[in-house]
Amino acid sequence: MGNVTEQVLQQIVNGLSLGSIYALVALGYTMVYGIIKLINFAHGDVMMVGAYAGWFATTTLHLSFIPALLIAMVVSAILGVLIERIAYKPLRNATRIASLITAIGVSFFLEYGGMLVVSPQMRTYPPVFPDTIWNVGGIIIKYGDIVMILTSIILMILLHVIVKYSKIGKAMRAVSFDNEAALLMGINVNNTISATFAIGSALAAAAGVLMGVYFNTINPLMGIIPGLKAFVAAVLGGIGIIPGAMVGGFFLGLTESFVSGLGASTWRDAVAFLILILVLIIKPSGLFGKNIREKV
Amino acid sequence: MLVLEDVNVYYGAIHALKGISLEVNQGEIVTLIGSNGAGKSTSLKTISGLLRPKDGKVMFKGADLASIAPQTIVAQGISQVPEGRRVFANMTVIENLELGAYLRKDKSGIKEDMKRVYELFPRLLERKNQLSGTLSGGEQQMLAMGRALMSKPQLLLLDEPSMGLAPILVKQIFSIIKEINASGTTILLVEQNAHMALSIANRAYVLETGKIVLSGDAKQLAASEEVRKAYLGG
Repeated sequence: MGNVTEQVLQQIVNGLSLGSIYALVALGYTMVYGIIKLINFAHGDVMMVGAYAGWFATTTLHLSFIPALLIAMVVSAILGVLIERIAYKPLRNATRIASLITAIGVSFFLEYGGMLVVSPQMRTYPPVFPDTIWNVGGIIIKYGDIVMILTSIILMILLHVIVKYSKIGKAMRAVSFDNEAALLMGINVNNTISATFAIGSALAAAAGVLMGVYFNTINPLMGIIPGLKAFVAAVLGGIGIIPGAMVGGFFLGLTESFVSGLGASTWRDAVAFLILILVLIIKPSGLFGKNIREKV
Repeated sequence: MLVLEDVNVYYGAIHALKGISLEVNQGEIVTLIGSNGAGKSTSLKTISGLLRPKDGKVMFKGADLASIAPQTIVAQGISQVPEGRRVFANMTVIENLELGAYLRKDKSGIKEDMKRVYELFPRLLERKNQLSGTLSGGEQQMLAMGRALMSKPQLLLLDEPSMGLAPILVKQIFSIIKEINASGTTILLVEQNAHMALSIANRAYVLETGKIVLSGDAKQLAASEEVRKAYLGG
C-alpha cells in the first residue's frame, strides 16, 4: 500500500515538472489566440530558439542559470515580435486559413533554418545545477524538478500581475475582448499585439531553457511535440483563457506522468489526444471556456 | 470645431456616405438623425478614424483627421460612445473607466474625473467592482458614457445611446447628456429616437441613404412637416 502512495506522489512530482513546461508554452498559444485569433503554430519553435539562446549563454558565455534564462527570454521576445510584424501583421485582415498556413510556414522556417544555422545535431546542456537528489520517504525529487516548478510558478505569478494590474495588461485584455472598442479608448492596438507576442515568446523561451536543463539535450526539432502538446493543453483549458492554459498544462503533464507510471508510456501521447477529443465532445469551449451573452 | 466637407466613405463596393458635409460648433449639441442604414454610425466611425474617407475632409480644430491614427484622434480630444455600448464585459467597472483614461498620465486629474463620473452615474459607484458584463443594459450605457468621458474629451460622439432602453432610462440618459454638455463638452449625437434627440439638440442634420437631406435648427426641424412625417410618427 505504501508503495502505491509512493508511486502516486512520485508521478505527481514528475507530472508537475513536465506540466510546468506545457503550461508555460500553452500560455503563449492562448494569449496570441486571445488577441488575434491565430493558432501560432510556430510557437513551439520559438521555444526551441529560446533553448538554443540559453545553451549559447551557458556554454559560450559561461553564464549561470538566471542570466541565461533572461537572455533566452529576451532573444525569443524579439523573435516573437519580428515574426508577428513580418509574417502575421500583413495578413491581419486576410482569411484565418491564410494566417494559419503562414504560421505553419514560419514553423518550418525556424525548424529548418535552425538546422542550417546550428546544425541538426543534438547539443548537450552543461550541468547548470548540482545533480542533487532528495529522497523524501521514497519519492525522488531532483534539484531540476524544484527549479522547473518554482521558475514556472514565479513566471505565472508575474504574468498574472502584468495582465491584471499593468497598463499594458489591461490594454491586452481590452484588445482581445473588442479590438475596435479598444481603438476608441486610444489604445495602440499594434503595440499591444506586439507586447502579447513578446510576453508569450519569452515564456516559451523559459520553457525551452528549462527543458534543456531538465532533459540535457536540445535539437532544432525539439519544439514540435511539446508545441503540439501545449496546444492541446491550451485547448483543454479553453483557448484564449490564461488560467485555462495553466491548468491545462499541469493537467496534461500529470496525466502523461501517470500513464507512464502505469507502465504504458508508449500510450501517453495517445492518452493526451484522447483527453482532448473527450473535452471537445463534452465541453467544446474547454474546461474554463464560457460564452458571454450580450445584454441589450 | 468639427467640420466634415464632402466626405465619401465606402464599405467595399457600397457607397455608404455620399458626400456629406456637416459642422459642429464649440458648446453645441448637434444631432444626426435618420433611419437604420442611413449612414449615421458610419459618420461617427469616420470621425473616430475607424473608417477612412475616400475623399473629402474631416477637420477638427483646423487639423485634418483623415490620415491620423484612431488613438491620436482620441488624444486630440474626440471620444466616442459606440453603438451597442461595447463595454469590456470581462473587466470590472473601474477597469473600464481606467481604460477610458488610457492616454492620460495626470493621475490626480484621472481621479477627479472618475469622481465626476460617479457623480453623474451613482449606479456605477455602487457597482464599481462588478464585471461590466453583469450590468443591465442601462448601466452598461452609463458605463460606456463614463468611460468615454474619462479621456476628457472636448467633443463627445454618442451613437444611439437610447437603443434598447426603457423610456424612463432614455429620459435619464438624455438629461445626463444635457448635463455633460452644460459642463463644457460639445456633443454630436446620433439617434433613431428623433423625438428625444431633437428635444435636447441645438441643431440637427437628417441623413437618408448616405446623404444629408435636411438640416437646421432642432426646434424648427421638429416642427417641420417632412420630419414629423418621416421620423416623428405623424
